[in-house]
Order: sequence, then structure tokens, then C-alpha cells
Amino acid sequence: MVKKEMIAMLLAGGQGSRLGVLTSKVAKPAVSFGSKYRIIDFPLSNCINSGVDTVGVLTQYQPLRLNTHIGIGIPWDLDRNIGGVTVLPPYEKSANSEWYTGTANAIYQNMDYMESFNPDYVLILSGDHIYKMDYEVMLDFHKQNGAEVTIAVMPVPMEEAKRFGIMITDEDRKITDFEEKPENPRSNLASMGIYIFNWKTLKEALLANAEQPGLDFGKHLIPYCHKKGAPLYAYEFNGYWKDVGTLHSFWEANMELIDIVPEFNLYEEYWKIYTKSEILPPQYLSSDSVVERSIIGEGCEINGKVYNSVIGCGVTIGAGTVIRDSIIMNQTHIGENCELYKAIVAENTVIEKDVKLGIGDAVPNETDPHIYDHDIVTIGEKSVIPKGITIGKNSVVFGVTTAEDYENGNLPSGRTLIKAGDK
Amino acid sequence: MRAIGIILAGGNNHRIKQLTQKRAVCAMPIAGSYRGIDFALSNMSNSHINKVAVFTQYNAGSLNEHLSSSKWWDFGRKQGGLFVVTPALTAESNAWYRGTADAIAQNLSFLKNSHEPYVVIASGDCVYKMDYNKVLEYHIEKKADITVVCKDMDKDVNVERYGTVKMNEECQIEEFEEKPVVAKSNTISCGIYVVRRRQLIEMIERCKEEDRFDFVKDILIRYKNQKRIFGYKIKEYWSNIATEEDYFKTNMDFLRPEIRDYFFKQYPDVYSKVDDLPPAKYNVGASIKNSLISSGCIVNGTVEDSVIFKETYIGNNCYIKNSIILNDVYIGDNTHIENCIVESRGTIRANSYHKGENGIEIVVEHNDRYVI
Repeated sequence: MVKKEMIAMLLAGGQGSRLGVLTSKVAKPAVSFGSKYRIIDFPLSNCINSGVDTVGVLTQYQPLRLNTHIGIGIPWDLDRNIGGVTVLPPYEKSANSEWYTGTANAIYQNMDYMESFNPDYVLILSGDHIYKMDYEVMLDFHKQNGAEVTIAVMPVPMEEAKRFGIMITDEDRKITDFEEKPENPRSNLASMGIYIFNWKTLKEALLANAEQPGLDFGKHLIPYCHKKGAPLYAYEFNGYWKDVGTLHSFWEANMELIDIVPEFNLYEEYWKIYTKSEILPPQYLSSDSVVERSIIGEGCEINGKVYNSVIGCGVTIGAGTVIRDSIIMNQTHIGENCELYKAIVAENTVIEKDVKLGIGDAVPNETDPHIYDHDIVTIGEKSVIPKGITIGKNSVVFGVTTAEDYENGNLPSGRTLIKAGDK
Repeated sequence: MRAIGIILAGGNNHRIKQLTQKRAVCAMPIAGSYRGIDFALSNMSNSHINKVAVFTQYNAGSLNEHLSSSKWWDFGRKQGGLFVVTPALTAESNAWYRGTADAIAQNLSFLKNSHEPYVVIASGDCVYKMDYNKVLEYHIEKKADITVVCKDMDKDVNVERYGTVKMNEECQIEEFEEKPVVAKSNTISCGIYVVRRRQLIEMIERCKEEDRFDFVKDILIRYKNQKRIFGYKIKEYWSNIATEEDYFKTNMDFLRPEIRDYFFKQYPDVYSKVDDLPPAKYNVGASIKNSLISSGCIVNGTVEDSVIFKETYIGNNCYIKNSIILNDVYIGDNTHIENCIVESRGTIRANSYHKGENGIEIVVEHNDRYVI
């Protein structure tokens, strides 16, 4: 008989549109992070480190990279005879076929998957946060309190509380009320989007709300359980937890990894983060190289100067090139004598020689000022920047570009040049 | 598939000194991220040989650990797969492997229970890339009984520790000398053989009856006039790591761009066990010139012309030159290391000074480590 005490359902279907071109062709959980990792590695590693060996990954938006990355779960030891990792895309049914229309709707459509493991508890996770968390401790908390639903919360500064879903609790951490992005928050405990449900509670709530359009955990399911009188508890988490939903927070979280002793430490033996390693060889640093305050992935060839940067795997950097405060993702080639300042360069991009990124005045972006800000230059995956081009701040380039795409070899600050993707 | 594989990985070699005290030669770390046997195993896998036996004997612990899962070389399968065999007490034998032929003889069932017509035999202590199918095609074309992969060594290389061969124009091997005192030829055997499975079984059974144990001496040399033994010459990179000098040189070869390109960039890849280490980290004060650095390293000091293996910590103000630092070494501040091989899992105290004055010094230091 198949029996798993707790299974995890990982929501990985979202686009993450605030990451701009980084998620044009890739689902957000598959975006590369911290040199060799992808965002989904963090919740998946947390699962296996917490003893949760059955994980359903709900995919929908641009799943190819995500699917190849997860495979049969070997890097996380999630290749199991029973359980392990299963990718769950939306599927056609004899009637009422639909995409995943909301977070809880996605879970609802996979009722059979959950049922097949006969679980006592279901852990709901999202695939877009950087953190290390022991879900087993949260489960103990859930059991001790006799909760039907436990929501992981995190204290945030009061002035930021209005950006989150806020939980109001009594002294026993029992949730008495909650507010979604309140003007005047009554508490600073923000929901982290991590829930443990008693399976019976979850099943009943999903079935009762099946007809609700865009069924969502925060908007519908949690209020439903609360109204019904089910005991809801808030589990306070005080470790490192970073939402990498915007380009700036994504850049910041990467940069935090290069501190001498980073708050989020990847070098601890305890609680390792696992990922699929496609590239194994060591990195080579030539006689002309300078590397300071940086982390660099496997198989790179560094001939230039790298300061305060996060460099992925299989990257080549030409001689005379200077890279500062930047994120360079896997398999990107950067030619000679380039200058990159505060750039995010996605995977498999070619930057030819004498290119300058991040030069000029800070001008807000013309098309998406709320995505491309904080003076970051963003280059989408598989792009080509021809030689001698200068690109300003808050700009974005995506696609194979040629010299004709630029005026006098220049893309001023705040401009958008997109030649690829669905735009 | 037309062939099964055998990798001979049992040997010890005292010419590599203290470094093989705790591991077999085939488990020696190579080029930052690999171990000796990865090359032969990856070649087998990339040649689509699906069933491979690895014969281990001497100090097999770290080798067995490395091979604990065969999935990294794509051998985790129902049909075929990887068979790691150590000598065992059986009804017929209570002996260790007394030689390469004896190792095969004691595991003859592996050959008998297979149905593939050919066997590729390779040693696990060489660094090279090879499509064994090319050798196999040559073997069939020459109608050979045994094909031996050979390489012309440079004139200045001392070939005394190898088997040397002399071939005629047809590439048939006429003379084969094992470890000659004065070598008559600079063509050496790379320790890679292709032979028909039934032929091998027959020859091994004969050896067993006659109490002969060595594949080279008792099969290749003994049969060189009766059997059609051919040489298959390679021009590509090939290096044996079984002496201290060659081990050092092979690792340093990877600092050359053409060697890195050949092994790391060109198809096919070399595989190894994945260690789940974070990216290498360079703090303020790090200065690296012409060196290979592996994942999991944290560098605070100066490294020049060196190969640094995985998970090494290099303290502030260190100076490391022309050296090989094996896995998981902690090097305290202000340490000077030059012309050395530092054994893995070592802890070098701050302010140490190691310099190989006449050649390479092997540093084995196991002090207490205090890491936060």
C-alpha cells in the first residue's frame, strides 16, 4: 500500500513578468540564480532535506527548461520508486478542459495525483523564493497545535507590510484575521506562500470551491477555511527568505551571495542546495585575469577582470574586459575589451568585443519603467550584441541584434530593443 | 552493441609514493574535477559499450566510493550496466588477483555470460579520449586476434616503465617488450586492447591451466608469433598517471588551452560523480594567474600556475605556485607552497612553508581543523 505522511505541491507555472526578458522564454522557477543554480533548486532541496520525497511540480508557462532541469529528479535524490518528483502540466479532460486558472485551481486539477499517495498532510510551495527551511519543523508545529492549516509567515518591517498578505494572530499564533495588502496593517507577519494543509481539509475546501473562477489560496481557500472555523496557525520563520520577483531584488539577492560570510551561505555542509550540473570541468583563470569578490561556476575561462559579480557555468570572458556588479548566466561568451556595469546577461548570449553595457545617464525605461529600473542593463537569453556597441542604463536588449539595430553603435539609456520572444 | 568492456583498476604503484597510500591509482584526482577512472569509463559510455566490469583490488575504498552509483556515466540501466568486482573467496580460488589475466580468469563468468562478440580491455589509470568503436573497426578490418592501442612517445620520454612494441608495415606487432631496460622502440602500448570474446576466454583458460597470470607477459608476448596481434596507433593526447612525475605533468597539461579545449569543450564530454558543491568564491585579496580552480573553493590568496581541486580553502596572504592542491584542503593564512602536491583532506597550519627544492614535494599534513 502506498502511504506518504506529507507530500509537496510546488507551484511553478507562473510567468514572473516582473523579471522582464529573463522570463520571456523560461518559467521563473527555471531562471538561473547564484551562478550554477536555478530558483526551483531551493524549494526542491528544502523538500529532500526535510524528508519530503514526493513532490508534484505544477508547470504551465514555458516549461521546457524547467522540465529538462528537473528530469527524473536525480540531482535532488528525488528519483524514487514510489513518489519522487512528478511534473504536472495542465491536461485535457473529457469535459471542462482548462489551463491552471489560479494557484488553488492548479492543485484542484491534480486531486488524483495527491489522492494516489494517501497523504495526511499536503505542503503547498511556490517556486520563486530563495530560502532554506525545514518543512518538518513546520509540520511538527502544525501537529502540536492541532491545526488544519498552517501558514508560514515572516516578520517584515511595518512600512513594507502593505505589500504583503498580512496575518493577525493571537499570542498562541492562532490566526484571528488576515488582510491582503492592507493600507494600515495591523501586524507585520507576512505570508510566505507556504502552507501545510490537512489533506481532508484541503480536499473538502477544493471541492467546495471548485466552481470559483481563478481559484486562489490567498483570496479564496484560506478565507473559506477560516470562515468555516478550521483552526489556522501562523508558523513564524526567521531565516533568510528572499523574493526574487523583480529584476532589482533578483540582482540584489545574487549580490548578497558574494559577501565574505553571506547571510545566505551556500558553503555550509548542513542543508546543501542541489542542482543539475551539466558542466563539470574546473574554471581556468589566465595570467591576465583579476577576480575579486565574485563567485564563478564550473568550466569558465576568465581572461578579463571581474569584480563584485556572479558568473555562471561555462562562461568565457575575453582579455581586457572589465565586469563589475553584474550577473552573467551560463554559457555566455563575452569578447575582449568589453565593459559591463550592473548588467544582467542571460544564458547563451554572445557579446562581441568592445561592447560597453551600463554607460550613461540614468533615464527611466521607455516601455516598462517599473521592470527595467535601478540602472540595471538586461540582456535576454540567446542574444547577440555586435562589436563596438554601447548600451545605456535601464535598457534592455533581447534577440540577435546587428549593427543596423543601433544608431551610431549606441543604444541610449532607458531604451528597449526586443527582436525575439512573443512581443 | 558489439562489445563489452573491462577496466583494469586493481593496480597499486609505489612510484606515485604517499599519494596511493589511501587510494588506488585509478582513483587519483585529475584536472580539478575528475578521477583517473572517469576517462576510461566515459570512453566506454561514449562508445556505447553498455556493459562494463571494473576489476579493483588494491585500496579500493575510495574507488568504490567514487563508483557507488553508476548513473553519472550513464551505466544505471537494466541491460548491462557497471559491475565492480573485487577478488572473492570462492570454491575454486582463495587467491587475490595475481595479475591482469588472473583477474579476468577469476571473473570468467562475466565473459561467458555475455553475448557480445568483442571485448574492450582498458586500464583505468590513463587520461585520454577515445572512441573504442574505431579500434574495433580496425580490429575487424585487419582480421586481428588482438589489437593493441599504441602511441609513439617523444624521443625524450623514458619508456622504460611501459611495454614497447615494434610493428611491421602492416602494423602487425613483431616485438613486444615489457618494461625494457634499453628500449628498442619509442612506440608504447597504451594498455588498451580489443579481442574477440571467445578468443579471450580460450586464451585465459589456457593461462589458468598453466598457472600464468599476466595479460601482457603470458598472452601478448607469449602468443605474438602464433596470433595476429596488431597495433592501432593514436596521435591524440594520452597520458598514464602512475608515477609522481607523470601525475604532476598530466595535471599541469590542463593549463594548456588546447588540452582544455580537447577534453572540456569538444564532444564527447568526460563524466564524473557530481559533488553538489557551490561555485568557487574569490574574496578581496584573491589573485589567480594561469590556474585551474574547482567548485567549492574559497580563495583569499595568490595562486599561480597551479591546479586547485574541489573544496579547497586558501587563506589570506597565501602564495601557491606551480602546485597541485587535492580535494578539501584547508590552507591557513600566510602559507607558502611551491612545487608541491598537497594530499587531499589535509589541513596546513598558518605561516607554513613548503617548497619542493629538487622536484616535487608531496605534502601530507593532517592537523586539527577549526572551521566555523
